[in-house]
Amino acid sequence: MISTVTVNWADVGPILPELLLISIGVLLIGLDLFSPRQRQILPWLTVVGCLTALAMIMGSRPSISFGGMFLTDGFSVFFKSICLVGVILTTLMSEHFRRIIAMPQGEYYSLLVFSAVGMLIMASAGDLMVLYLGLELMALPVYALVGLHKKENRTSEAAIKYFLMGGFASALLLFGMSLVYGLTGTTDIGRIGELINSLHLTNNPALLAALSLLLAGFCFKVAVAPFHLWTPDVYEGAPTVVTAFMSVGPKVAGFAIFSRVLFFGLPQLHDHWGPVLAVLALLTMAVGNITALCQQSLKRMLAYSAIAHAGYALLGLLAGTTEGISATMTYLFIYMFMNMGAFAILMLLATPGQPHESIEDCKGLAARSPIAAALMLVFLFSLTGIPPTAGFIGKFYLLKAAFAAGYTMTVVGAVLFSAISAYFYLRVVRYMYMTDPQQNSTLQYSPGMIVALGLCLIGVVGLGLFPGSLLDWAARALL
Amino acid sequence: MFDQLFFGYCALMITTSGILAISLRNPVHCVLMVLVLFFHMAGLYLTLQAEFLAAVQIIVYAGAILVLYLFVLFLVSIRQELQLDAFIPNPWVGRIIAVGLGAGLIYVIPAFTLGEKGAWPLAAIEELTHTKALGQELFTTSLLPFEIAGLILLVALIGGLVLARREEVGSVVNEGDAVPQGNAQGKDQEVVS
Repeated sequence: MISTVTVNWADVGPILPELLLISIGVLLIGLDLFSPRQRQILPWLTVVGCLTALAMIMGSRPSISFGGMFLTDGFSVFFKSICLVGVILTTLMSEHFRRIIAMPQGEYYSLLVFSAVGMLIMASAGDLMVLYLGLELMALPVYALVGLHKKENRTSEAAIKYFLMGGFASALLLFGMSLVYGLTGTTDIGRIGELINSLHLTNNPALLAALSLLLAGFCFKVAVAPFHLWTPDVYEGAPTVVTAFMSVGPKVAGFAIFSRVLFFGLPQLHDHWGPVLAVLALLTMAVGNITALCQQSLKRMLAYSAIAHAGYALLGLLAGTTEGISATMTYLFIYMFMNMGAFAILMLLATPGQPHESIEDCKGLAARSPIAAALMLVFLFSLTGIPPTAGFIGKFYLLKAAFAAGYTMTVVGAVLFSAISAYFYLRVVRYMYMTDPQQNSTLQYSPGMIVALGLCLIGVVGLGLFPGSLLDWAARALL
Repeated sequence: MFDQLFFGYCALMITTSGILAISLRNPVHCVLMVLVLFFHMAGLYLTLQAEFLAAVQIIVYAGAILVLYLFVLFLVSIRQELQLDAFIPNPWVGRIIAVGLGAGLIYVIPAFTLGEKGAWPLAAIEELTHTKALGQELFTTSLLPFEIAGLILLVALIGGLVLARREEVGSVVNEGDAVPQGNAQGKDQEVVS
């Protein structure tokens, strides 16, 4: 007996942005192959594709498709927007960075776009299977992107480390997921929550073991201590533009699935994961901020600062409240702009053959290029969390959410470590403004770079002065 | 009784060959250990009445993929081992953590309770045959994951090609950069991925 199954075309509607990006990704490779002379249009094609997808996602109506596997809700739209803006910023910067190291263009943009598709799927995943596959789809292109610059040993080492660590983290995650599946009999994230209630699994040791495996896997992916060991080496070894992308895109998407599973799938276990995350957040902030103090390389310092910021972002998640999750979302949105901005300045400093990554290279930047120094000042102030920049707003709401949920000690720790972080961020500012320049070459800006820096500046200052609409959006996203 | 004994044997062999595969020095031996592992995985599928999966496991993994691995190993003669600095130099830290994790997982097993039954009871699968049930499930309920998995393969292919291919000479002007040091590094990575 052969039974035909009719295709439910209504399900295709919600995944149209993903399908668009997939075709852009394939088109990019094709164009690169068949018309190598027109390679300069590739970045613009990527930007236009991402913008179109962004517009489609913003305009999409809430829906549940593929039997609950693919959710288009406010939560996913918010995270998808962060990821797509991150990809757009990266693409805009790539044109500039290509002057410094040669990279195969078509593949580079194509891998970037495929990674973006993975992130969108992660943000929308309503099922553990889709969630895991989205994660792999996001991660595989990034492994390749890290190793793209083959002339340097450092990048190859970083790529291998990242690949092995990523594979290991995926294994832990899968183990946890399979235990959850065995205990509940479903992979649907929403249904897992219901079944844990109805089967009275809340204090089941096997479920707690699954929870700890899941936590370990997620913490690996978003670089939370003590699972952060790969981060500094990989961030330092990767080409700077890829580092900028990695410190935002995969991390944000990682937080998307982190909050999706914990907040929507395992809310009953909050008594267990809340305190664990509180300890991990404190540890992460301690490790990130204190190790960043003694770094001589600006890139490595920013890598540790990215670890510390993952710790801050956890503060909202561990609260386990709607308010907390929306604080984390707001913070990640702001973090994207300030972190990308700081990495963009790092890229501006680099010249072919000379990465200029140490803090010494910032000496006298204000005299060489007042604009770049002023921008860096704004981004670093925001990373520290000094008002009126957006970084302050983001941190404020995170601390408020964690405080409201009763994690007073964690909040006190977070404030202390923020104060410590001021030392190493402001040290760069001191070098830029209060020492004499060591070299006199002026910085060159490409059009894409100007646009990217402009967007980051608007994001950091604009959201700092008028945060209302962003906060509204994040709060509405969870209704 | 036989089922349990068979499962125990397979589980033991999978664990042993898995540990050997990562600890043996000679890459060819490692691949052969993985072969042993795959055969026992197929055995496990058989105990679960999933004969199609068992066949695919042997044909695709043992037959095709491992042969491909062996070819790569023979074509790319890796003379020097790639040395990475360990994050934690003392190997015993890792071993203790691994044993602790294993002990912890074994400790929680008695508390394990089976969740609600899925849409396919054993009788239904036996009636429809496993292959047909798998196909129907794959192309209806799990269509989206299936397509994403296809996309992952495409991406892996592109990524592998990018890492393995020779740097183009001349097309990209790269002033002031160091002399290209060959692409042995890229090939090494290809083996890993």
